Amino acid sequence: MRLPEAKRNGEAAHPGSRLPVSGASVDINRRRLRLLEGLLSRTDTADCAQLALSWLAEEFHIDRSLCLVRPLRDQSLATIAAHGLPSTATSTFAISLDDWSNPLVTALNNKRSNFFPAAHSSGDRRRRPSTPFEDSAFHVIPFGVSGLSADMFGLLLVAGVPALAGELDWYTNVLGQKLHEMLRQEMLNEGDRRQERERTLLYSIINAVTDPILLTDTEGRLFIANARALTLFTASEEESEGRRSAVRMNNMLLSSALSSKALEETGAARRELLLVNPVDGSDLLFELLSTVAGDPRHGTGVVSILRNVTDLRRASEEIEENYRKLRVAEVQARAESDRLNLIIDSVADPIVVTDAAGATSLMNEPAERLFTTPPRASAFEQRWVQTNDAHFSSFIAGMLVSADTRRVGEIGLIDPTSGEAMPVEAIAGKILSEHGELTAVVTILHDRREAIEKAKLYEQLKQASDLLERKVQTATADIVQQNELLRRQAIALEQASALKSQFLANMSHEFRTPLNAILGYTSMLLKGIAGPLAPPVERQISRVESNGRHLLTIISEILDISRIEAGRMPLQLSTFRIADVISEVRAELEPIILRSKLTVTVSLDKRLRPVRTDRQKLKQILLNLLTNALKFTHHGSITISARRVRGERTVAISVADTGIGIAPADQERIFEDFRQLDNSPTRAYGGTGLGLSICRRLAQMVNGRLTVESQLRKGSMFTLTLPVQGRR
Amino acid sequence: MKATKKKANRPRVLLVDDYSDAREMYGEYLEYSGYDVIEAANGIEALQRAVDDKPDIILMDLSLPVMDGWEATRRLKADERTAGIPVVALTGHALAGISDGAREAGCDSFVTKPCLPEDLVLEIKRVLKSAPSSPVVRRSRTYVKTIG
Repeated sequence: MRLPEAKRNGEAAHPGSRLPVSGASVDINRRRLRLLEGLLSRTDTADCAQLALSWLAEEFHIDRSLCLVRPLRDQSLATIAAHGLPSTATSTFAISLDDWSNPLVTALNNKRSNFFPAAHSSGDRRRRPSTPFEDSAFHVIPFGVSGLSADMFGLLLVAGVPALAGELDWYTNVLGQKLHEMLRQEMLNEGDRRQERERTLLYSIINAVTDPILLTDTEGRLFIANARALTLFTASEEESEGRRSAVRMNNMLLSSALSSKALEETGAARRELLLVNPVDGSDLLFELLSTVAGDPRHGTGVVSILRNVTDLRRASEEIEENYRKLRVAEVQARAESDRLNLIIDSVADPIVVTDAAGATSLMNEPAERLFTTPPRASAFEQRWVQTNDAHFSSFIAGMLVSADTRRVGEIGLIDPTSGEAMPVEAIAGKILSEHGELTAVVTILHDRREAIEKAKLYEQLKQASDLLERKVQTATADIVQQNELLRRQAIALEQASALKSQFLANMSHEFRTPLNAILGYTSMLLKGIAGPLAPPVERQISRVESNGRHLLTIISEILDISRIEAGRMPLQLSTFRIADVISEVRAELEPIILRSKLTVTVSLDKRLRPVRTDRQKLKQILLNLLTNALKFTHHGSITISARRVRGERTVAISVADTGIGIAPADQERIFEDFRQLDNSPTRAYGGTGLGLSICRRLAQMVNGRLTVESQLRKGSMFTLTLPVQGRR
Repeated sequence: MKATKKKANRPRVLLVDDYSDAREMYGEYLEYSGYDVIEAANGIEALQRAVDDKPDIILMDLSLPVMDGWEATRRLKADERTAGIPVVALTGHALAGISDGAREAGCDSFVTKPCLPEDLVLEIKRVLKSAPSSPVVRRSRTYVKTIG
């Protein structure tokens, strides 16, 4: 506060003293200069005001003063400097310009100074404004830029006498101009900053817009562009060639789109513009909105906003595609539904579709027959249909309240056409929506009458089949038993056969012993050892002898067969010449040959080599064959031949005769046991009929074969074929 | 053969058979054919007669009571007093293996019954001829089967 200082400096400055007069004008000019210099050196309004008030105290001895200024865009006057007044009163002192009743405001508006004398009563106080001067007298002097009436912006309040105001004109003028200048400067600075902030904000806003925004002239030259637009339409020298050419292309496209001609032609401000994305070269489709902005100062400009509709286009295409698909799907669904209806109708079993409330929404024809009354239905039919409906409804109701999604049950319906009981199997399934809500219940009814009938038949069939099976089992068991019996019998038979063979062997020995004596004595009798015999006796003894020999042959042959069958005739292999065996056989039968008067020739293959086989058995076969040939041949010849069979390791030995021969039908039978073709008791030929049977068995034992070729009354040829190397 | 009937020069045949008819028949014919015949009905008896009477040849039936022909032959051949006497086996058994058994027992010849007396005499002659009163007759073994 300058008050104490003023007191210090302000000697002789007492209230109500008169101001110095013009008598000292030189002095005044000097002091005024000092004020002007002080004001010039100040840059702050408060400092200026304070300096001015101090100067006033010094020059005019005004010990108390106050300066109020209207700050920019403010509707009040605020204290900026005070002199000789308590700071508590001045620091908050302000005057609202809206307070028209305030005499200070009136003074400012009227640009007229005013004097308020000291108040002495409460009435005086009511007539004057409340100021830091309280009850003491003060002047109110408005100040501003002289000549400009509108620019009154401050009040100067000074204590003092009424005549003082006119003397302060210069002072208020100088201070007013100075403060006005400073305030204006402040105001300008403030305006610049605001403009800058607004510009930045504006740019931030347009840059924040993702759509490119441009201000161009009508030729398409760029004035202002936001960041998104810059990437499309500008490229520095450092950018790649591809990006720069894309930018050039975009500029060309934009210019042609924005040319005044194009604008006039299309008329509309909305057009599509296809640009190139400089980043990746892809196509970008924009919707161009252009507005021509006329500005008298900068000429006509065009504001363009480009909205990227590439995605939009794609989206709209997709929507179109989806719509198309939807249409197709709808058609398919309708076809599906038609087909489904067709299928449902073609099913012979009744099908009923019920909605979630239990009401029937669909049924096929067989179901209609059960649950709807036909026109001209009889009372019976109507009642049966109602009964069916009731039964079915109760089934569905049970299904609806239960948690099962599937239910199989049996419903006793009535066939409305015949009135007979119709048990049906009902298979019901719930149809649930995606969210698990029940949408429908589908029930298929299956007539059980046929199945029941079938089951009955099946049961009968099963019983019959069981019966049959039991019978078969019994029969099978019988067969098994019989098989076992047969098996045992076979074993018993085998044993019996072995016993038989043993028995025959023993019997043969027992037969031989007496036969030996018979033959011996007969032989002796015929030799005449006991004296000569009368011819009839000799003939009779001869008969005894020949019968004895026949009996002996029978016994020997039976023995051979039984030995073969009992497996008691082992092979004895040796190597020998066939020619030797043939000559032995021939020699043994020489007496018979001589007696028969037949020619017996032997024909041997020169290539014959020794064979390895059972010599005894071969000899026995050949003896038998030659004996037979001699027996059954009455005239002609017998040929014994032996040859190698070409290509096979076998030899064939044949005995051919010109005898009685064998009919084709009998040719195999002659090899059977005890078989002579003439089986009558008076047969012409002796023999047991076992010879050939034994021969064939013996041939088999040495891996050989015995065959016959014969013609009745022409002769027979028996051939023995046997391997060169016998069995080992 | 109608040889001389001088008893002293006659070859002695020991005829062993349990069947008397056979013994008698062969004996009669052998006597008729000029042989001195002595007889035995079983194996033990045959051994005794062989030692006592020293036959030139023995006709041995194989199926004999008391001691069978095989055993008797083995013993004869084991006894040096009788080992040199040829033994002709006679049997009514025609089963295989019989002749092998006889050979093993030491028989010099084998004849299957029925055998006619004249055939038997032929065989005796043959055996005696191949070993004329020699004690070493074993080598000339032949086996004859008569009458098919």
